[in-house]
Amino acid sequence: MPVLEGKELRIVGFLCNWCSYGGADTAGVGRFNQPTDLRIIKVPCSGRIDPLFIVKALMNGADGVLVSGCHPRDCHYSEGNFYARRRLEIMQKFLPILGYEPGRFEYTWVSASEGQRWQQVVTEFTDQIHKLGPAPKIVGPEASDTLSLMQAALK
Amino acid sequence: MKIGVFVCHCGSNIEATVDTATVAAAAREFPGVVFATDTMYTCSEPGQDEIVDAIKEHNLDGIVVASCSPRMHEQTFRRTVERAGLNKYLFEMANIREHVSWIGKDREANTNKAVDLVRMASEKLMNNQPLYPKKFTINKRVLIIGGGVAGIQAALDCADGGLEVVMVEKTSTIGGKMAKLDKTFPTVDCSSCILGPRMVDVAQHPNITLYAFSEIEEINGYVGNFEIKVKKKATYVDWDACTGCGICMEKCPSKKATDTFNEEIDFTKAINIPFAQAIPKKAKIDPEFCTMLKKGKCGVCAKVCPSGCIDYEMKDEFITEKVGAIVTATGFDLFDWTVYEEYGGGRYPDVITSLQYERMLSASGPTGGHIKRPSDGKEPKDVVFIQCVGSRDKSVGRPYCTGFCCMYTAKQAILTKDHLPGSQSYVFYMDIRAAGKLYDEFTRRAMEEYDTNYIRGRVSMIYPKGDKLLVRGADTLMGTQVEVDADLVVLAVGAEASKGASKLAEKLRISYDSYGFYMEGHPKLKPVETNTAGVYLAGACQGPKDIPSSVAQGSAAAAKVLGLFSKDQLESDPQVSTVDIKRCIGCGKCIQTCPFGAIKEIDFRGMIKANVIETICQGCGICTSTCPQGAVQLQHSTDNQILSEVNALCQF
Repeated sequence: MPVLEGKELRIVGFLCNWCSYGGADTAGVGRFNQPTDLRIIKVPCSGRIDPLFIVKALMNGADGVLVSGCHPRDCHYSEGNFYARRRLEIMQKFLPILGYEPGRFEYTWVSASEGQRWQQVVTEFTDQIHKLGPAPKIVGPEASDTLSLMQAALK
Repeated sequence: MKIGVFVCHCGSNIEATVDTATVAAAAREFPGVVFATDTMYTCSEPGQDEIVDAIKEHNLDGIVVASCSPRMHEQTFRRTVERAGLNKYLFEMANIREHVSWIGKDREANTNKAVDLVRMASEKLMNNQPLYPKKFTINKRVLIIGGGVAGIQAALDCADGGLEVVMVEKTSTIGGKMAKLDKTFPTVDCSSCILGPRMVDVAQHPNITLYAFSEIEEINGYVGNFEIKVKKKATYVDWDACTGCGICMEKCPSKKATDTFNEEIDFTKAINIPFAQAIPKKAKIDPEFCTMLKKGKCGVCAKVCPSGCIDYEMKDEFITEKVGAIVTATGFDLFDWTVYEEYGGGRYPDVITSLQYERMLSASGPTGGHIKRPSDGKEPKDVVFIQCVGSRDKSVGRPYCTGFCCMYTAKQAILTKDHLPGSQSYVFYMDIRAAGKLYDEFTRRAMEEYDTNYIRGRVSMIYPKGDKLLVRGADTLMGTQVEVDADLVVLAVGAEASKGASKLAEKLRISYDSYGFYMEGHPKLKPVETNTAGVYLAGACQGPKDIPSSVAQGSAAAAKVLGLFSKDQLESDPQVSTVDIKRCIGCGKCIQTCPFGAIKEIDFRGMIKANVIETICQGCGICTSTCPQGAVQLQHSTDNQILSEVNALCQF
């Protein structure tokens, strides 16, 4: 479905199965109200997240990307979030070079019990993206060619 | 692929804020979807039958259920599609309850979001492959961490069920908090009389190996095949030779050692046995207080020991144990009440904790069961009990109710009257929480038969007045201020997660809540399981619990372990990584990053390739995002599957 014009922006979340996805569930069970923009993709571990997922989401029209995993030292797979942290930290520095404003991508740690913290993270990140507004889109007659070229470069 | 979509109302849980009929209608337009409907309760028997019937009628080969969290019902629906003859991995779930209907009331936005989530699920489903589990053999031994009453129960039940049990206890004796208690509520029977024989059973059971004064150093492996490194801390006494005669303790000249067993109301010797019924009944030296270990002079214990078992050179020892399941029963610790300045912050010797009072009441305690004021050793006349110290108090970060303090305070008030018939007890309480069999009757007995003065209100201040303590508080039922001249004040200190609980959780790879208590698999349906396969919980490590509940959990955890071990082989989760041998360039990066050592180098026609050992792989996918070639792919979370979800979201 297209985003609700003037109401929502497109925000993609990548959440690890064990902590943050559980935290988002806990927030739901606790009925902690949140903005509706975010769509969550579940991955087994934040270490499973290829930084290219984030680039592809942004390139394909996402206005913001949020990644969340287990707190450092609390990873279900012992060390997955350490790998994630290195990659995501570099990704965050690298995105402005590609032309995406800092702040379109954030990563954080939320445990399965932290429903309230999850509510806060989602609310703040959604506000942040709404302040930035819709991400600049690749438009014009050559848009599809440009996109397929970029896609090919990322393969 | 022919996909069927089922959008669940969940009664009104989803339907109230999501237009499920619209979601189903929108789903019918998605590529691959040939059937979509909304149902009242998809997880109910008729709901599941509807899925089975639709699969048969429409020849479906993929199912999407949009309902609650997959953490709730993914397994349920996987079994449903399996029942209809489909591979259970040709199924996806869209979480439109926890992530949509429960977190907002905007019906339009919610419906729109639900449609997106269903689309993501169906796009991913089109990239799904049937997956098949492998079998692997398991080691039918169980590790119990913690030797309190919950751990003892779990150990004995497992051992009686024929399993080999390894028990690791941090202190030099098992028994835990219960061993420190004088009597138990609501029966007022002697704690050590009911626990003692169970402790002896642990020591004598042929299936139980006990490592006391030991800690868990390292945990590796996975369900069925854990490898545990146990640190046996140096006791400076050869426990194989020690008979527990206690002569060393009698003769030891260092008399000011901290007595943790007696909650520090007295001192013990530098070489000590915690209490007479200790299991194992062996002496250990506390190096902080031993003159020989500190200054190299003394050696009295070595001279008097009839079996010559003192060894001042002893070092920590490491032992490796292999087990197939772990029960953690690490219990709780008391809240540090000294943060309460209004109770004196620890300055007044006659303000003590309930557990200290328990040691005082106990006939095997340092006062021989006589109630004496710590300051002058006199018998108290007026005893004030203050409840909810470090419980139900947001200001100290402990908003939860410990749950058992109301009961033990009533018990201590009764025992006070039994010990000192001329005494008068006062209890300052917030509410009486006595939910349990015969519990409310018990607190009523304390009030009615034992003449305890229950005052509903908090204490604002305690300060010395002569040799007494003036306790000032409010009586909120009378609307007045109350002042009591107390001889002794007993604080009903609440429970908190045991020290080091979070460190152990990291080793076990289980989650804990914001207070440090371990998270159960599901708050209602999986009370003793964790989210890590093969790791179970028992007792107060999961949250404060009284003795009957801890024992029940110990037995429940044992039942889970016995159930797990009832098969000789376990089925591995097929959501594991596989290597595309044509794409693999043998760089070895996946081998370096795998936290489980599940990837090994193999020789393939003279070339180095990576190979995943499926039964060891835990399915984290770190290798997949590390592989520069995209040759290693985590099944069910492949690059294509995740990117199809990204595309489903962003390109429409």
